[in-house]
Amino acid sequence: MIAFLTGLRGRLVITFTVVAVAASALVAGIGFELAKGALIERTTKTAVDDLTKDLERIDFAVGELRPGEVPPSSEELTNLANALAGPDRHTLLEYQDQYYRDDEGLFGGGDVTGELRGQARSKLVSQRRMIDGALWLVLGTQVYRAGTDDVARPTGLLVFEFVSLSEEERTLANLREAFAQAGGITLLIALTVALVSARHVLLPVGRLSAAAQALGRGRLDTRLPVRGKDELAELTAHFNDAAAALELSVSELRALEAMSRRFVADVSHELRTPLTAMTAVADMLAEEAERLPEQPAKAVRLVLSEVGRLRELVEHLIEVSRFDAGTATLALESVDVADAICDSLEVRGWSDDVRVQAPAGVVANLDPRRFDVIVANLVGNALKHGGQPVLITARSTPNGLEVKVRDHGEGIPPEALPHVFDRFFKVGTGRVRSQGSGLGLSIARANAQLHGGTISVRPQQPGTLFTVWLPHA
Amino acid sequence: MPVAGILLVEDDPSVRTALELALTRQGHSVTSYATGEEALDHVRSRRPEIAILDVMLPGIDGVEVCRRIRRLDQLPVILLTARGDDLDVVVGLEAGADDYVVKPVEPRVLDARIRAILRRAESATSDRISFGDLVIDRGALKVSLAGKEIHLTPTELRLLLELVRHPGQVLNRRYLLRVVWDHTHVADSRLVDACVQRVRAKIEPRPAEPVFIHTVRGFGYRFSPP
Repeated sequence: MIAFLTGLRGRLVITFTVVAVAASALVAGIGFELAKGALIERTTKTAVDDLTKDLERIDFAVGELRPGEVPPSSEELTNLANALAGPDRHTLLEYQDQYYRDDEGLFGGGDVTGELRGQARSKLVSQRRMIDGALWLVLGTQVYRAGTDDVARPTGLLVFEFVSLSEEERTLANLREAFAQAGGITLLIALTVALVSARHVLLPVGRLSAAAQALGRGRLDTRLPVRGKDELAELTAHFNDAAAALELSVSELRALEAMSRRFVADVSHELRTPLTAMTAVADMLAEEAERLPEQPAKAVRLVLSEVGRLRELVEHLIEVSRFDAGTATLALESVDVADAICDSLEVRGWSDDVRVQAPAGVVANLDPRRFDVIVANLVGNALKHGGQPVLITARSTPNGLEVKVRDHGEGIPPEALPHVFDRFFKVGTGRVRSQGSGLGLSIARANAQLHGGTISVRPQQPGTLFTVWLPHA
Repeated sequence: MPVAGILLVEDDPSVRTALELALTRQGHSVTSYATGEEALDHVRSRRPEIAILDVMLPGIDGVEVCRRIRRLDQLPVILLTARGDDLDVVVGLEAGADDYVVKPVEPRVLDARIRAILRRAESATSDRISFGDLVIDRGALKVSLAGKEIHLTPTELRLLLELVRHPGQVLNRRYLLRVVWDHTHVADSRLVDACVQRVRAKIEPRPAEPVFIHTVRGFGYRFSPP
């Protein structure tokens, strides 16, 4: 609900409705008032005319009596009251402090306000009053009569006529109801129109929003059809231009990146050929070095050890570029973990340097070549940079396979820990140049991740602990 | 260990020279060629005991050379590949290669592989066993199916004999790698799979539905004749 109120749709609908309702209420209000005024005026005029006409026909003497005249009897006055009364009309006469009313007379002197009575002495006045829950038009006037000198004088006979306005009230109530109904219909129409137009406006906005999201998720070929000539069409066109520009620059970047990766891969492969030749004769040279004088023997051994380093670096670069190119695949097999670890150590001649704690019979579904790479890189790292003893443990947990490699060296400085898996990151750059390629741990992690697993590192007292977790496949 | 006559095909002159030097030093006699075409021209007349083929060759590549050698005879083949995990290896093994090594290879490793492949399959005194149409003569190291002799490479023969020696028993890939190829490395199990496929293609009436060599998923292979 709050979202609706603060959303563009809600705001549009509310604004639209408020304007529509205010406009129709204004129109209805003015119309009603005009109609009411006209109706009351007409009723009043009719009542005044009737009363004036009726009073002209008074045939008895009131007020200042001429010679030979007798004061009106109360019967005559009551008859007059009855004559003036009618359906929905009642009369009250006041003459010489006496009240006379028609036979059905509902009203007494108390129903006439002092103000009306005061004004009625000098002219014909009208007043609308609520009496006993109904609206009445009260007319009041004094009867004038021409005296002997033909000058009209007040007779002291006050006539009050109560005209019922219930008919008019009903008419007005009907009118009000009609206006209210019209208002309701207007409100409905306004709401519908508001919703439709909000949808009309918001549909392209929604499409734009979805397209922007898709773009953000990397679908750079997202485009929207441009319809019409309005601001939204312009916005859509701008969106398309922006997406096209983004796609172009991203594809350029990707091409550049792919090119540089390809270059690294190509260079590594090219380096492999001379390395193959050098490796092939390395053993021969090593044996010959035994027979050489000290200085040249040293030189030969230096070349050989650097050839070894170069080999490792090139192998690692090729492995890394394979991950970068996304061509690394998993060939899962069920493997006895203890066997695999022992093989990995044996092939590299590390069996005597590493203590293995792995229960026999732990079988895991993994890529044996990649598992070998993980073990070799972690153990190699521990042997090169850590300190003895190096311990490798493996166990099966409900979540997967857990392999831990622990060394007891001086450890990795805490500030370097988050970066140990970065490429070419070497702890102790300022100190002794280390021997590794700087890619081993990064490769180990990439291999673990290919299995859907992780590698984490934690400092120990003393040394460092690497934990590999591979999920059950 | 007898000195082996090695046919080496490698296009890069430095690598060729270096490998020739290293293998000669290990006691082998090496004949080397720069192209597959040349090597194929001489494979008949030279009668080498084993071929070492670089996969990436100008003209016909190492895998194709291997395939053509296989058509002629059962000469064992080791592929020299630039990468250990790409299609080269799988395709090469399917083409009939007995083993592969990844460049840059240490001469000691290459020598060990060569010797493992050339190791004669052991002769047994009890000689002939037959399983229906399949007859295996362990004395003469000959296999025949329905009276027709089947040509197996030394590796294929050793694998088959190893399986036959433990009838009904599941042998895992690691064990087979150690015994047949002398590999200590569990990572090379593709060798076993490819070799089993090749043996099946030769001895099974319908290789797709093997009746002799059965795969036990997740473990290895079992020889159990029908």
